[in-house]
Amino acid sequence: MTGTIDITLKVWRQKDAASAGGFETYEAKGVSTEMSFLEMLDVVNEDLQKKGRDPIAFDHDCREGICGMCSLVIDGRAHGPDGGQTTCQLHMRRYKNNDVITVEPFRAKAFPLVRDLVVDRCSFDSIMQAGGYVSVSTGQAPDASVLLIPKHKADSAMDAAACIGCGACVAACPNASAMLFVAAKVSQLAQLPQGGPERERRVLNMMAAHDEAGFGACSNEYECEAVCPKDISVSHIARLNREYLRALALGPGEHQAASGAG
Amino acid sequence: MTLDAKIPSGPIEKKWDKHRFDLKLVNPANKRKYDVLVVGTGLAGASAAASLAELGYNVTALCIQDSPRRAHSIAAQGGINAAKNYPNDGDSVWRLFYDTVKGGDYRAREANVYRLAQVSVNIIDQCVAQGVPFARDYGGYLDNRSFGGAQVSRTFYARGQTGQQLLLGAYGALSRQVEKGKVRLLARREMLDLVVVNGKARGVIARNLVDGKIERYAAHAVLLCTGGYGNVFFLSTNAANSNVTATWRAHRRGAYFANPCYTQIHPTCIPVAGENQSKLTLMSESLRNDGRVWVPKKKGDTRAPNDIPDAERDYYLERRYPSFGNLVPRDVASRAAKKACDEGFGVGPTKLAVYLDFRDALKRVGAETIKEKYGNLLDMYHHITNEDPYKVPMRIYPAVHYTMGGLWVDYNLMSTVPGLFVLGEANFSDHGANRLGASALMQGLADGYFVIPSTLGGYLAAGGIEAVGTDAAEFSEAEAAVNARVSKLLAVKGKRTTLEFHRDLGRLVWDHCGMGRTEAGLKKLLTAIPELRERFYKEVCVLGGGMEFNQALERAGRVADYLEFAELLALDALERRESCGGHFREEYQTPENEARRDDENFAHVAAWEFKGDGKAPARHVEPLSFENVHLTQRSYK
Repeated sequence: MTGTIDITLKVWRQKDAASAGGFETYEAKGVSTEMSFLEMLDVVNEDLQKKGRDPIAFDHDCREGICGMCSLVIDGRAHGPDGGQTTCQLHMRRYKNNDVITVEPFRAKAFPLVRDLVVDRCSFDSIMQAGGYVSVSTGQAPDASVLLIPKHKADSAMDAAACIGCGACVAACPNASAMLFVAAKVSQLAQLPQGGPERERRVLNMMAAHDEAGFGACSNEYECEAVCPKDISVSHIARLNREYLRALALGPGEHQAASGAG
Repeated sequence: MTLDAKIPSGPIEKKWDKHRFDLKLVNPANKRKYDVLVVGTGLAGASAAASLAELGYNVTALCIQDSPRRAHSIAAQGGINAAKNYPNDGDSVWRLFYDTVKGGDYRAREANVYRLAQVSVNIIDQCVAQGVPFARDYGGYLDNRSFGGAQVSRTFYARGQTGQQLLLGAYGALSRQVEKGKVRLLARREMLDLVVVNGKARGVIARNLVDGKIERYAAHAVLLCTGGYGNVFFLSTNAANSNVTATWRAHRRGAYFANPCYTQIHPTCIPVAGENQSKLTLMSESLRNDGRVWVPKKKGDTRAPNDIPDAERDYYLERRYPSFGNLVPRDVASRAAKKACDEGFGVGPTKLAVYLDFRDALKRVGAETIKEKYGNLLDMYHHITNEDPYKVPMRIYPAVHYTMGGLWVDYNLMSTVPGLFVLGEANFSDHGANRLGASALMQGLADGYFVIPSTLGGYLAAGGIEAVGTDAAEFSEAEAAVNARVSKLLAVKGKRTTLEFHRDLGRLVWDHCGMGRTEAGLKKLLTAIPELRERFYKEVCVLGGGMEFNQALERAGRVADYLEFAELLALDALERRESCGGHFREEYQTPENEARRDDENFAHVAAWEFKGDGKAPARHVEPLSFENVHLTQRSYK
């Protein structure tokens, strides 16, 4: 089951946003198939540093698929070949001896490049700041058991809430749209009674922030769903669209919504 | 010196209410005159920053990742405790308090733990109001599950992603205040020093990780919410960027470091597979609700686990601890796993693993139910090991997970440096020598949502905080010191990488200050660490410059601080001549191999004072008095 393979990496290198970038080729010999993809990059970086060359910059943190810090487009696909997982969960057992692997950053106008494979995803924060929450201050909450939420709604809200904000949906989309990201939060809160009072404002403001940050429109390519490490369904985009149209019709704050969207 | 924890007088049930009444208040119009700096935006930091901004303070929050949503709190899986007693199984604030003090092996401060149990119920209310999608039953009510060290079901959860959902709730509250202009949020900033002016914490020096610029931030008070130091072991369940630098630098500026030897080794992690492994992955304790832990009865049994009949399996936790079974606390479960492996019963290619088996639960409730409860965890296991836990038992082994030690704080969460508050895992806190499962999320949020909004006001209202700007001489001195450290690292130009040094350090600390500790081993460690540190400054290779995005430089700075901190960890472990919770000194154990405390000599917090480079730190004590919980030999039999 375990073994070693030799691979060739073509990695995007770019000193900073102002400099020109390009691919560099590295040979990685004797890569253990038990290693994760990022551990393989660690080994390549060790080797580069021993040779006095700058290591490849890439974002990562938890290395267990939940923080959303890791990114990478691997052989043209965000988070690598398999779907349903993050780059840090990809293992070298997926590859064969003498494979050539291309590694690029997430590319989008709203994700400016920082260095090599690292991009700035602060535009996601600005979308969340526009309304991706329930406006409740500490201390205002009633007892938790006052609110009854049907199990199927809680489960469906949780399906949407699983988004890790990695940005793969944007990287995969030909329009660099972040609709799946916005949909995940809008859909979560639209299905819960807590989200009711701000239901219209939220979707209008988040979509305005989405467009302002430079993300494109959704044209139903479904590439986002295919790469989403948390398998967030495009059906949430459908709900987002319904929420948006509904809010346009009602106007922000005009209607004190009851719980639960269609 | 004896430390004063400023525990309010009166009966334990009334202390917090009385204290909140006694604390001076800052009137609403005056709050906007105060600047508060929050370093770290995980559960403790985000909840504190949001709550303080809601009150009207001007908050600046520094975040090491590119977004607060990525803080390592996000990786907490199993759940959060609260004394709601919704299941009607006999829980109460008193029982959560009692379980936590006992679970911490009687090394926590009673008053703090009681307060934690009290506010636990408000935390759940707050999170539900934020839209955190906790698990619910068909009636629409909140569901609970069990965690180690408790015989009641008091753990609220959102699948295996509870930390994620709670953090996103706090991140939402923080984002709302950013939008209102009450929080200035600065991402990719790393605190590299604390600035103390006239004996008070007045700001920090941080590095902008994108362009390398060294920046100064001044405030009336500083909150450190920067997490634990588990990565001193190199391999741990912590995220790669988790580090000790903020708390260590504050320690060097006068904040006492308490109980660093209290480190938690979590019993259920995916075992180490190879030399280049970069981290260990936790498998939530909640899995022990339905999974059964066992090893073969025969040493070195190489049969596939499913071929080993029940009669030839040793369900050793159920055998040794019949009343708590698989849900004994973490320290007990970890030591039992180590013992089984040390005695030759370990399984898997490295023989450093035991089985966690879902066979019986799958038969009892079916795969659908198991998937619903633990699906994402079992998938994660499958991804990493390439083995399907629905078909073969999981292999697990203990790994470093959490650190109970941290900067010493009083009842107000203030360190020994006035104006420096420490929240969440970064403080030495409420868990004593061992933290119970699902209590870290509770403590982080208790500190941030409910404790600091009251106690910070008390400090500010007491007055005496003069105007200080970033042009003060102390800021220049601290900035110069940071620049000197950066230059020193870049100037070595050696041949070994930071990673190699970190791995060496981790191996040393794990071998001599891990699950079992001895006087001889710790003394050896205390010699080895300074040697390694010396080599580091002669041989480390840090490429690139200071004024650019440079991950190698970031890591080198963190490892440099670990190389200093590790020595204090070893010294604390040496000086605590007893076993308690996660601190297991092999010389001090009962005939049944359980931890043997020495209440006569060690029922105290050890808080270390930095005395200067090359000088021995001073050990101060805070005696612990137990007026409400009777000290006994902890038993889970």
